[in-house]
Order: sequence, then C-alpha cells, then structure tokens
Amino acid sequence: MILAQLPETFESHGVQWSSLLPLLILVGGGMTLLVVGAVAGRLPRGFYAAATVVIGLAAFVFAWVDWHRVNTDGAMPLVGSALSLDGFSVFFMVVIISSLVLAALLADDYLRRERLDGVEPYVVMILSAVGAIVLASANDLVVVFLGLETLSIALYVLAAVHRRRLESQEASLKYFLLGSFSSAFFLYGVALVYGATGSTNMGSVGRFLADNVLLENGLLLAGLALMFVGLAFKVSAVHFHTWTPDVYQGAPTPITAFMASASKAAAFAALLRIFYLTFQTYSVDWRPIVWVVAVLTLIIGSITAVVQTDVKRMMAYSSISHAGFILVGVEAATDRGTAAALFYVLAYSFMVIGSFGVITLVGRTGDSRHDVDDYRGLGRSRPVLALTFTVLLLAQAGVPLTSGFLAKFEVIGAAVDAESYAIAIIAMVASVISAFVYLRIVVSMYLVDASAETDGEGVRIPAGAGLALLVTVAFTLFAGILPNLVVDFARDAVPVLVAGP
Amino acid sequence: MLETEASLPFPLLTSIILLPAIGAVVVGLLPRWRTDLLRIAALVSAVATGALTVYLLTQFEAGADAEFQFVSRHEWIEALGVSWHLGVDGISLFLIVLTGILFPLALVGADPHHDVKPYLCWLLILEAGLLGAFMALDLFLFFVFFEIVLVPMYFLIGGWGYDNRVYAALKFFLYTMLGSAFMLVGILATAVLHQRATGGDLTFDLVEIANNADFATNTARWLFASFAVAFAVKVPLFPVHTWLPDAHTQAPTAGSVILAAIMLKLGTYGFLRFGLYLFPEAAVWFAPALVTLGVIGILWGAVCATMQRDLKRLVAYSSVAHLGFIVLGTFALTTEAVSGGVAQMINHGITTGALFFLVGFISDRRHTRQISELKGLQKPAPILAAFFTVAMFASIGVPGLNGFVGEFLVLIGSFVTRRWWTVVAAVGVILAALYLLWAYQRVFHGEPDEANASFPEMRLREGLVMLPLVGLMVFLGVYPKPMLERIEPAVDRLIAHVEQHTDYVAPEVPSGREEAQP
Repeated sequence: MILAQLPETFESHGVQWSSLLPLLILVGGGMTLLVVGAVAGRLPRGFYAAATVVIGLAAFVFAWVDWHRVNTDGAMPLVGSALSLDGFSVFFMVVIISSLVLAALLADDYLRRERLDGVEPYVVMILSAVGAIVLASANDLVVVFLGLETLSIALYVLAAVHRRRLESQEASLKYFLLGSFSSAFFLYGVALVYGATGSTNMGSVGRFLADNVLLENGLLLAGLALMFVGLAFKVSAVHFHTWTPDVYQGAPTPITAFMASASKAAAFAALLRIFYLTFQTYSVDWRPIVWVVAVLTLIIGSITAVVQTDVKRMMAYSSISHAGFILVGVEAATDRGTAAALFYVLAYSFMVIGSFGVITLVGRTGDSRHDVDDYRGLGRSRPVLALTFTVLLLAQAGVPLTSGFLAKFEVIGAAVDAESYAIAIIAMVASVISAFVYLRIVVSMYLVDASAETDGEGVRIPAGAGLALLVTVAFTLFAGILPNLVVDFARDAVPVLVAGP
Repeated sequence: MLETEASLPFPLLTSIILLPAIGAVVVGLLPRWRTDLLRIAALVSAVATGALTVYLLTQFEAGADAEFQFVSRHEWIEALGVSWHLGVDGISLFLIVLTGILFPLALVGADPHHDVKPYLCWLLILEAGLLGAFMALDLFLFFVFFEIVLVPMYFLIGGWGYDNRVYAALKFFLYTMLGSAFMLVGILATAVLHQRATGGDLTFDLVEIANNADFATNTARWLFASFAVAFAVKVPLFPVHTWLPDAHTQAPTAGSVILAAIMLKLGTYGFLRFGLYLFPEAAVWFAPALVTLGVIGILWGAVCATMQRDLKRLVAYSSVAHLGFIVLGTFALTTEAVSGGVAQMINHGITTGALFFLVGFISDRRHTRQISELKGLQKPAPILAAFFTVAMFASIGVPGLNGFVGEFLVLIGSFVTRRWWTVVAAVGVILAALYLLWAYQRVFHGEPDEANASFPEMRLREGLVMLPLVGLMVFLGVYPKPMLERIEPAVDRLIAHVEQHTDYVAPEVPSGREEAQP
C-alpha cells in the first residue's frame, strides 16, 4: 500500500515557485508571444513556431530540473497541495511539452500553406499544453477539472482554426458539444466523491478510504463511474469514442497530432492518478469496468479501422485501439501496469505525431488528400517520407525493434503479471487486426503502382516538419532498440500520493 | 575444450548476425542507379557471412558435452531481464550454415528485374533476422528475430512478386503475426511464472528457464499451446497452412527459395528449441495431436500437389508434405526420429531451394508456370532437365541423395513409437514420387511444341548456383555421417532433457543408425 510508505508528517511546502517553473514559463511565454504578435509588425517567417519551440524547450529544461529534484527530495505537493510534483507529473510534462514542440514544428508550414498564419494558434496550443500539464499533475479533483477544461476549451478553438474549411468548423462544434457534456459528467462525479469522502484532495480522499470502511458506498461508486465517463471520453475509449473519428478527421492535421498525443496523454495521467492511486482501495470495483471498456475499445477500435478509406479516420480508430492497449495497463492496477501504460503513452505520442506529420504533408494544400489512394506511389516519388511513415506505421503495428513493440510488450507483460490472460490475448489479436490497417497504407505507398493523376502540387517536405519527423522516427527506433533509458524513466515515474493539507 | 566466444579472436555469432545487417545499411547508403555497386556490396556481405558460417561449422566440436557452443551473453534491456544471448548446438548449426550458403546463391541466382536497391536491402535484413532467430537463446530475442523477418519477406513478396502478390503478402504477414500474438503472451507468461517460482529476477533466458522451471502440468500445457500456435502457422501444419501456397507462388524466386528453405524451419526449429525444451511434459502430452496433424499434412500436401496446374504451387504443396515429415519426426520423440527431422530440415532446404530456383529459371524464360503450357523441355535444355531430375529425386527421397537420409531416419524412428502414423506417412513417400514424376513427365518429356522449342538452355551463372546445391545433395546422401554426428548429440541431450523432466522414456530403436549410414 502506497500510503504506508509515506512519512508520518508531511508538511505543506507552500507554493514552491521554483518547481512550478515549467508551467510558469509556458504561461508567461505564451502571453508574451501573444503580445509580441499583436504589437510587432512583420516578423520573419516561422517566428511564431520558433518562439513556441524555444518556450517549449525552456520549459523542458526546467522539467528536467524538476525530475532531479523529485529524485533527490521525493514527491512533494505544490501550491498548497493543489498540484503534486512527482516523477509522474514530470513524466507527463515531458510528454506534453514534446508534443507541443513537435506539433508547433508541423503547424508552421501548414498554417502558412493554408494562409492561416498568425500568433493565435500557437498561443492557444501553448495554453492547451498548460491545461494538459495541470491535468496531469493535479492533486485535487477540482484542479483536475480545471486542467481538463483549460485543455479542452483550447482544443475546441484549435480544431476550428481552419476558418475556410467546413469540416474544421464541424469538428470543433461536435467536439465542443460532446466535450462539455462529458466534462459535466466528470464534475458531477467529483461532487459525489466529495459527498462520500468529505474532500476533493486526492491525498485526503485516498487516506480517508484507506482508514475507513464505507458501509454505504453507493455515492462513491456513482461518483467514480461518472468521473470515469468524463475521462474515458477524453482518452476516446469505447463507447465514449464516437467523436474521435469526426474530430480527428475534421481538425487541421497538426492539431490532430497534438490532440492525439498531448490531450490523450494528459487524460490518461488523470485516469491513473485518480483510479490507480486515489481509489486503489476500490480497484476490485473499478477493474471489471475498465476490463470491459478496454476490451470493447480494442476490438471496436481495430475492427472499425479496417473498413475506413480515409487515412485520418484510420488513424483515429487506430488511436482508439491504442487507448484500449493503454487501458490494459491501467486495468492491471499494479505499479508495473502503470509503468507500462506510461511507456505506451510516451511511445505512442511520438508515433502518432510522426504519423499525422506525414499525413499533414501528404494532405497538401487544402488538407484534403487523405484517401488511401492518395498515398499511391509515395514510395517512388518520396522514398524517405514513405520510409518514415512505414517505420511509424510498423511501430504502431508493434513490429520489434520499434518503441511500439516494447510498449505492447510492457503492457501485455503487466496484464500477464496481474493474471489477466484473457485481456492479454484479446489485445494481441486486436493488434493483428490493426496491423492490417497499417499494412493497407504501406501497400498503397509501395506495392500499388502510382495512379496516372499528376495534377497540381507534389508533396513537399518543409524543414520544420522534416525535423519533427526525424525526431519522432529517431525516438521510435531508439526506444525500440536501446530502451533502457526510456523503460527506467517510465518505471521511476509511477505516481505517489502526496498528502493533503 | 569447449569453444566460447571468449576463446575466439572476435564474437563470431554476433558478427554473423551483424554482417548482413551492416551490408543492408551500406546498400541503403549507395546511390540507387549504381546497380553494379549495389550488387557487389550485397554479394560481398552475403558471401562473407556465408564464409563465417562455414568457419563456424569447422570450429564446432562434434562431441563436446556442453549444451551450447560459442555462447555469447550480454545484457540488453536490464529492466526487462532481456539479454543478447546467442549460442549454437547441433540442431541449429546446420540451419545457420544453410542460411549462410543459400543467401549468396539467392543473390546470384535470382534477378529482381526492377528496384534493385530495396530488394537487396530487404534480402540482407532478412538474412540477419533469420540467422538471429536460429542463434537466439533468449525468449525475447528470439521473438524479436522471429517477428522482424516478416517485414522484409512481406516487402519481397509484395514488391517483387507475381500478379496476386499484394494479397499473398498481406495474408502471409497477418497469418504469421496472428500466430506470434499468442506466442508473445506465452513468452511473457513463461517468464513471469518462472520469476514467481524461483523468486529471482525477471529473465527471458531460455537455458535458465528450461533448467529451473517447474510449471504446473496444466499451466505448461497452456504455455506450450501458445507457442505451438505460432510455430504451427510457421511450419505450416494442417489446417493453418493455407497462406503457404499463396505466398510461395506469388513470391519472387529468391523469396520462395528463402521462404521454403529457411523460413519454414523457424517453425520446426521452434518446436524443438522452445516447445520440447521448455515444456517437455506438455510436448509429450500434445505429441499425438501434433503427429496426427503432421501426417495429415503429409497426405494433404501430397494430394493437393498432385492436383496443381501451376508448377510452383506444386512445389509449394510438396513443402507442406515434407514439413509434415519433420513434425512427425520431432514428436515421435526418439533420437533417430528427431535427428531425422533435423536432417530433413536441412535436406528439404537444399532440395526445395533448388527446385524453386529451377522453377524460377523456367518461369523467367517462359513467363508462365502452368504445367500445361510447358512441354518437352528436356530437348532444348538437357542440363536444366538434369539438374531438375537430381533435385526431384532428392525430394522424393531416392537412396543416395540427401532426401532419403532424413526421411528414412524419421520413418524408422517413428515406427517404434507411432507405428500406424508411420505407415500412413510412408504412403506419402510414394505419393511424392507420383506427383513429382508426373509433373516432370509433363514438363520435360515429349516433343516440345513451338513455344517451348526455343527454350534457352541454362546459363553459366544459373549452373553455378545449382552446382553447390546438387553437390550437397549427393554428398549428404552418400556420406551423411559428418552431419548426423553433429546433430545426434544435441538431439540426445534434448531427449534426455525430456526424459528427465517427465516419466516419458524414449524406446530403443533397433539398429537404426547403421542402416541409415550407408
């Protein structure tokens, strides 16, 4: 039991400004960028993206400092235990900031290409990342909601960034309606949990449940269920996934990349922190629910992906199936399962950003060429880009020597360790079904002769996007071949419950 | 004195795996239009790899009592207990040498016709993966190699195959991947349960698990089943063999050669190395079922081969039948039968590899593989016909050629433990003669019609590819002792391992050895 390992007395450390630096840099940097964008006249091409990258990297450096602080001083509550600083939150800072930087690199050329360049998308993206980090490090259910809303509202705006594209508007509206609905579920759940335990602070709730046995736990279970709905929506688990294909397809592709990585990662962070950590004593109650949801997510995600012809929709359904895999790690309800889920989130973030990066480039002006047939002959016309996509797709399929394989290996290992053999086998079978989807794209790139159409522009690879793709592929291979560092990083990032006031 | 890698001047096994991989990288970096350079680079790395495998063969000690030789062990992923653990014994030795010899031949003997660079890259990656799979003594490492070979083969079939190649490539990939999905769960469960039983660290080390593990009977059976699914698809055993005829028929010549000669052996090798070694009790328990499937495969493959109109598909189905023999030998569980099975793996690799080369030569010339359109090729191409005859007789199992040795050992070894299965399997030998001779008759005999009269004779390059294979067929058929005396100690140890961990006792096979070695 994690609580037993806690020190007897746990002082509140006040605000701890220095540990908050990654967040402060993002907020401050975002605001400054907004002002600069409004005040300054013509700025050099790519300035906003470069500024976003610099802000992200600065935050990254301080996240690294935080990591060392956590490793020497242990986990600590911040801002009067509203946030907690532990390996877990730093891990997600790293994931989210990486997503932010890579998505900004992808967005740079995209926005100029679509004649949408401006400072606002970048600022909103930075703020959305702030929300995601708050969501991942929240130590209080109300703060979780705060982070969730900051993240989501920014994403609603981002989805609609393509003003002239009808699908973009539709995606935004759909996401907004369903998203606010699910947030309401979550909030209601928080209220019920507060009613049952007398606190919204995760540390206090966890301690209360460890010390007391509730004779009537209906209220608490209802609260848990409602919170699960809210988070399952965000991670796009079945049957709260129906928004995903439409929104992923409609949103501008670099934004989809950001959504699929940062937003999903943050939601999983909250899911793990709430369910695995705070309500560990109730794992007997929530594990079966997660089991069913995970199985449905795996099967429906992978099977529905097979019948798609739009690559963005394929990736959307595959992202649902990947969420199912991560849920398998959550379902194990062990440290090992959590570490596996973290590894998966990290590996998947890079794979999915890279994949949507390629899709951004192949979509060309108008962001419209997303049919599988649009990839025909890419292996011949753009061999390096095709090879990049192939590596990323094979990684998603779980082929060895890529991070995707190790992620699956870790998750299945955790499930087997928790003696959930059935779900392990279901997950592996689902991954074979998904493999068909990825191979279809590969087939189109290499094995089908290019169609005669030569209309319009070819696929360009701008420097920023090229760099982002290089980073994602390098990480995917590095974490697949020499995974020691990444595996240890995920293992050291298992969350710790920090006490409430 | 046992050879370990420490006593050699360089890590031999690791070099054998890395050499083709480096070759692939070099080929990948060379410019696409310098096809001559590309071919030379690929050939140099394949030949060097082959030379190293032959060196391995010469350094291998036939009578050593260690389980594995040239062992190389390094930590790879500490957190997961995964190590880079390689080793060779009599079972894997010849498969490695066969791989080393066949790849250069495949590079020389089969032309990709287009896109030389990626073709060579994929072939070399495939070689590295296959060699790794035969050497790996770590479950994780084995799985990595077992699975990674799918990717190059997928691209080879899909990119350079015949008309229906995309379908065949997909089917091949998904079938095999589905099989290995179960094995991955099995591998993880094996490691986790072993960790629980011993209380030590998590490890995927094959030797450690095999020697310490004491799985509950039922658990071991489930675990064996999860491995068996993957291997059965790979072998392929009836009824999961249906991917094979498609993959073989659609694959380019080099792909079919490698697929039949080496890749299928991953399945039978896996049964021996992992199935029998890790879960002896379960293997004994499952033996009747697997032997039955093997025998069904022998008959089914033979019957289907008889009915084929496509020469390549006929050879593909003959593979199903031959692999059935290997499975029968493996699960007959006598030293003779298992040794015969291992020898048959090598022999089938040589003969079927040769047959696929020859079919490839024919279809390159005539652009058809339909038996009905080929006629009287013996007249215009007597040398090719001669090579075909030898390979065919070896495949049928005519004494004096290599096919006989393995098949005979399997039959004689299985007869003691599985009498009636063996009787049925022996029918398969006759059927093999039937379908191969009949096919030969239709393709090579008679007066060639107009289209076949101008059939070009074998070129020097093709002859150079066939010569070593035919030489091996004759050598191993006449004098199999050097091979068998390296295989048998390893098999003996394996059978002893099975006996030690179960109440199974392998019966004596009367005078099998003397007769098998003319």
